[in-house]
Amino acid sequence: MTSTKTAPPSAPSPEQARPDRTERTPRRIAFGHKLSKWDLKLSPYLYISPFFILFAITGLFPIAYTAVISFMDWDLVRNSGTFIGFDQYVYVLTQPKFWIALRNTFSIFLLSSVPQLILAVFIATMLDQNIRAKTFWRMGVLLPYVMAPVAVALIFSNMFGDKYGLINTTLADLGLPPVMWHSNAFASHIAISTMVNFRWTGYNTLILLAAMQAIPRDYYEAAAIDGANRFRQFTAITLPSLRPTLIFVIITSTIGGLQIFDEPRMYDQFGTGGANSQWLTISLYLYDIGWGQWNFGRAAALAWILFIIILAIGVINMLVTNRLVRDEGSRDGRSRRDRRAAAIAARTELEHRVGGTVRDDFGSAPTGAATSDTNDKTTEVAR
Amino acid sequence: MKLSRRTRAIAAVTGAASIAIIAAGCAPSSDSGSSDGGKVELTVATFNDFGYTDELLQEYMDANPNVTVVQNVAATSNDARANYFQKLGKKGLADVEAIEVDWLPEVMQYSDLLAPVPADLQDRWLDWKTDAATDADGNLIGYGTDIGPEGVCYRSDLFAAAGLPTDREEVAKLLDGDWAKYFEVGEQYTKATGAAFFDSAGGTYQGMINQVEAAYEDPDSGDITATTNPEVEDLYNQVLDASATQSAHLGQWSDDWFAGLSNGAYATMLCPGWMLGVISGNAEDVTTWDIANTFPNGGGNWGGSYLTVPANGANVEEAQKLADWLTAPEQQVKAFENAGTFPSQNDALTSDTLLGSTNEYFNNAPVGQILTDRANAVTVAPFKGQFYFQVNDAMQQALTRVEDGTQDKQASWDQWVSEVEAIG
Repeated sequence: MTSTKTAPPSAPSPEQARPDRTERTPRRIAFGHKLSKWDLKLSPYLYISPFFILFAITGLFPIAYTAVISFMDWDLVRNSGTFIGFDQYVYVLTQPKFWIALRNTFSIFLLSSVPQLILAVFIATMLDQNIRAKTFWRMGVLLPYVMAPVAVALIFSNMFGDKYGLINTTLADLGLPPVMWHSNAFASHIAISTMVNFRWTGYNTLILLAAMQAIPRDYYEAAAIDGANRFRQFTAITLPSLRPTLIFVIITSTIGGLQIFDEPRMYDQFGTGGANSQWLTISLYLYDIGWGQWNFGRAAALAWILFIIILAIGVINMLVTNRLVRDEGSRDGRSRRDRRAAAIAARTELEHRVGGTVRDDFGSAPTGAATSDTNDKTTEVAR
Repeated sequence: MKLSRRTRAIAAVTGAASIAIIAAGCAPSSDSGSSDGGKVELTVATFNDFGYTDELLQEYMDANPNVTVVQNVAATSNDARANYFQKLGKKGLADVEAIEVDWLPEVMQYSDLLAPVPADLQDRWLDWKTDAATDADGNLIGYGTDIGPEGVCYRSDLFAAAGLPTDREEVAKLLDGDWAKYFEVGEQYTKATGAAFFDSAGGTYQGMINQVEAAYEDPDSGDITATTNPEVEDLYNQVLDASATQSAHLGQWSDDWFAGLSNGAYATMLCPGWMLGVISGNAEDVTTWDIANTFPNGGGNWGGSYLTVPANGANVEEAQKLADWLTAPEQQVKAFENAGTFPSQNDALTSDTLLGSTNEYFNNAPVGQILTDRANAVTVAPFKGQFYFQVNDAMQQALTRVEDGTQDKQASWDQWVSEVEAIG
């Protein structure tokens, strides 16, 4: 705060220290100034440029190239194609398989994300308690994430075998009818979601746990004094404070869920999504068109459709997120810009009233504001 | 934020270096196979197990001191396939690349990018092996390695329980005939035991369709004729009618299918040479698997591979020599001993080593002799055009839909027809 009030120190030029060659000095100073000005302005961009150059090469270019190919009948081997307009898009959108794949993708996404997040919040809350061997439990929940998805799929597909799988054998021993994991679409979605949940719950748990630990313990103390029980504390303090983190976790798992590939691909021996497309997801369909049928124009069109779907979901996510974050970020219901404008107005008014000598008072102001802020929040939370 | 001169210099160098690193990553890598003072390094890319051991390759290097041979083995043929088509027509393929018959039709579309086999070598192989790899201009583009002549594998203990003969010669006599005969014995077995006779409709259909000369496409025009071909519909009905009672409904290569190999879920299975290793490897504790020298409706071939030489390689001539040597009769027999890959060369089929070889796991069955007989019984080289495998995959899924009870026979057929019509 105070640094903006003091003038920046003028750059001392090394040229001034040199006694001789006085006639050429002015130009050199000017150039040095310019250099250091560029330095100040351009260096940051230079430092972050490797990422963006890399991104342009490995990210932007393929995306654009995919768009070009999606309008063509493309031959990968000969690297040539003929322009055919929107035919590939029309073909993909008129395939019943595409719509089944879309349905499956959303079904598997919901079946995996929703229970996963609920479970992750629950486990994180448990880990946040004062328990013995904390590190052991925390490492424990992350272990499934370390396993390769293919290994997970191998183990689980053994469990979900139709005839000799672990689960169906157990069901038979209990005198129950077997579940047809590979012919019933919904059963296959549950099986695949189980693999996803197994792997990703721990990862989300740790992120949520980190967010939980950042919640000031005073809130809980105050709440406890006010007589709030554990459950009330959880719903009134933990959940609201977790909102931004939850949003992050929801967005990442949405993107991951819509792109789900490894688990359905490893679910049976062919990796083509089942005889009746029971667990065909969009990425699986994309892979099959591209690498199974070698039709890259069509695969590119499908890739763009998937891209647009994810973008659309992302926008919906963002709209919802914005609302939630505004609720959380500005406790008085004003946006950041409003608050900043109000602060500036207050400052000018203060300066008007007391003249130019308010600097000390002003410097202490933010601290006071922050304190009252925290108090506000505490009372609001405990209410 | 004021930087000293030195810092600035370092920054500039770092920036430049990072860009250079990126640029280097994109630059094409230099040729590994370039000749250097008469010395040639040849790369051979294979998958699974071709039986090309270090000793075998060393033999070639000893005979050709100016050549070094390096073998790259891909884990699965799918990996090899993806790699092959990404690099074909560009740079980066090995000097000698192995391909599988499963994707041979796709390779045939690009036969102009491969160096043809010299004319004087062309009649070394079985006719149907060379026919499949010869393009419209008469160029043979693949050096045949192995083939998959099929017999019938059966479990003698299960046959005994059903009151059927157990000796492999008597079983061969029992099953001798067409597919109707095979299903008739199946009916007999199922009635006696209530258990399944064969593993899956899909696996059995594969054996049937491999005997049809032009199942899915017109060899002349390349048009898809699958949905109107009466032979296809007949096989479809035949196998599904039998499957209702005789099939274990275990899709080939599924976990359940592997479990069924050892727990007796089915009594017989169509059995190409390379399947022997699959059975003995996955049902180690079972002692009663055996192989009968017979195949419904004559001979059938399932699988096999070729070696190809990309035409734009650095050492095409040397690579051709190596591919020639690797697929010569002596080396094919050695590969058979190393990995069980059954030879495709006429002369190799008369080799005493081959004919005398037995398989301990299959109760010392004379597999060399049996498979040679099976190979000689193959009379049809089925035509497989560029859409063969898409159509066949869709058919396999149609059969699975009926087997797992998702759809009835007619609905599944109708869906297959509409799927095939969308191909192309």
